[in-house]
Amino acid sequence: VRRGELIRAGLFALAAAAVFLLPRFISDFRAQQFAYVGIYLIALLGLNLLTGITGQISLGHGAFMLIGGYTTAILISNQDPPLELFGHQFTNDMRDIWTIPLAGLIAGVAGFLFGFPALRLTGLYLALATFAIAVAAPAVVRKYADFTGGGGGINLFDVSGRTKAEVVTDPVTFESRELGVDIFGITIPSFNEWLYYLCWTLALVLFGVAWLLLRGRFGRSLRAVRDSELAAASSGVDLARYKTLAFGISAFYAGVAGSLLAIATTFVNPDTFPITLSIFLLVGVVVGGLGSLWPLVFGAIFIHFMQIEWAQRTEAIVPDFLPIIGDIDTDLPGAPAVAFGVVLILIMLASPGGAAALLRRLGSLATRGYQRVRRAWPA
Amino acid sequence: MSEFFQQVVSGLGSGAIYAALALALVLIHRATGVINFAQGEMAMFTTYIAWALITNHGWDYWPAFVATLLIAFALGVGIHTVVIRPVEQASVLTVVIMTIGLVLTFNGLAGLIWSAEVRAFPSPFPNETWQLGDVAISQQDVGTFGVVLALVALLWAFFQFTKTGLALRASAVNPDASRLVGVRVGWMLAIGWGLAAALGAVSGMLAAPTLFLDPNMMQATLIYAFAAAVLGGIDSPFGAVVGGLLLGVGLNLIGAYIDFVGADLRLPVTLLIILVVLLVRPAGLFGVAVTRRV
Repeated sequence: VRRGELIRAGLFALAAAAVFLLPRFISDFRAQQFAYVGIYLIALLGLNLLTGITGQISLGHGAFMLIGGYTTAILISNQDPPLELFGHQFTNDMRDIWTIPLAGLIAGVAGFLFGFPALRLTGLYLALATFAIAVAAPAVVRKYADFTGGGGGINLFDVSGRTKAEVVTDPVTFESRELGVDIFGITIPSFNEWLYYLCWTLALVLFGVAWLLLRGRFGRSLRAVRDSELAAASSGVDLARYKTLAFGISAFYAGVAGSLLAIATTFVNPDTFPITLSIFLLVGVVVGGLGSLWPLVFGAIFIHFMQIEWAQRTEAIVPDFLPIIGDIDTDLPGAPAVAFGVVLILIMLASPGGAAALLRRLGSLATRGYQRVRRAWPA
Repeated sequence: MSEFFQQVVSGLGSGAIYAALALALVLIHRATGVINFAQGEMAMFTTYIAWALITNHGWDYWPAFVATLLIAFALGVGIHTVVIRPVEQASVLTVVIMTIGLVLTFNGLAGLIWSAEVRAFPSPFPNETWQLGDVAISQQDVGTFGVVLALVALLWAFFQFTKTGLALRASAVNPDASRLVGVRVGWMLAIGWGLAAALGAVSGMLAAPTLFLDPNMMQATLIYAFAAAVLGGIDSPFGAVVGGLLLGVGLNLIGAYIDFVGADLRLPVTLLIILVVLLVRPAGLFGVAVTRRV
């Protein structure tokens, strides 16, 4: 173990502690929002492993999230036969949590299998094929309506297999209050906080897994595939093996994220996983920095908060300067998309490395400044 | 049998729309080696401009049609200059991300300006049919087919018989040599983008009467156009047109005669076509297989 890695592990532990203390300082509503950030982080870690590290473009990761989300939704809502694995029968207790790894596995297998035809597609063609997958997936879901609920989707809100916080209503004031969620003998005060802890525990674990995967020989091989397939193959990297594995692992991450998304929204339908989701994920990876690891957090924060905050901001600004065009709708459905698109283009023009490159540049500026100060006033 | 011909004829109508958009994709791919994922959204956006001219400003259909083509051309040139040219030398991923940025921008802008409400778009052709034996031929389909064919012929003549067309072809085939003989390659590529945008606008305006206008109108059509371009060979303009028509007719027939597919699975079937063509014959029907030197 190198010294740098010890420092990194220490920083990771610190960050983990901060993540776990955060709900003490923010409102219940914010906790829910940050839970979504955790979900996006998981999806971005997966997409980055494929696109940023291995160099295989995917414009269709929303489709793998869809597989994960629907796996969870179907397994929770379908009560019989009871879920049974390796002789152990799962009760409704924590049933949603147990479906998460299954969702990841099924999506992962789907990704691994898609990796085989993808072997023969490079660059633009792969982008095209994955884009088509993301557009086509909702149509398949609609077609098999008995299984997936079709366009109406699956409502998980009242399903007994889902973890809920019991709500009591005060008989005098009629104020309702959540009793909290009991898990492993700990009571978490609200459903949203439970969601936060669930998402971030998984995000941190999967972050660690990604780091471990990428630090050694495996990660080096993936990067070699990205930088030059020819050079990688002639140094003994089995291209087919590494590319399909990258697809599989990446889809596993997406499946877990999709599963969590289903649990968080308590509802899935084909529109939960539109083509724009796949595109937003790509935006997130670019904002964080292709091939980076922890700066992806910025990407996750960006895609979640841009979607909600930006719509509200533009609503206040836009009507003042746009009335020339004619009647304007006040709920402005396109505002976040415009912001995403423009930011994406600006980032690619100004700093193609995303937040990661920006931070690195700031870091080196600081070091240089420090050295200059040291030279000017030697101790 | 008459149903068969019925399906073929209406397939040619929708196929012409795919062909126009596919041709736009091929033009850009030949000129700049990029697949423009925003082609569909640009088409949708310019169709909105035509809609605004006609319904908000009371223009007649054909003047609005021509004005929209000019606006689309300017838009294409502008996009190439501002967004694509700076990343010309960058990796494929960078350029793809750029066009994805354009997808989001145009989709969002359309919603922002014209709202996500579904709108009716006028058609220049009467909503009637000609009876040919047992086959009812919709004048709408014939008109669409005719407009696309006329434009393709015009475009072909432009590329074949004008000096600018020659320069355009030269800068696509060999930019360095063209630059040496005095062709302004950057300009030519921008014109290529402009022409593609105008073609996209045609496909959008022809598709809108049946699909109805909304910000997501062209998303499925773009996938069909991808499939058409891949089927015909991504570098072959002729292939794009044939591919579009084949796809239009093929999808119609599959939808009519294979119950399982019906109307719902058109997109997944198209995806399958894209994958199969790319895996079995990546050059498409009319493309030339590229051999790469390593």
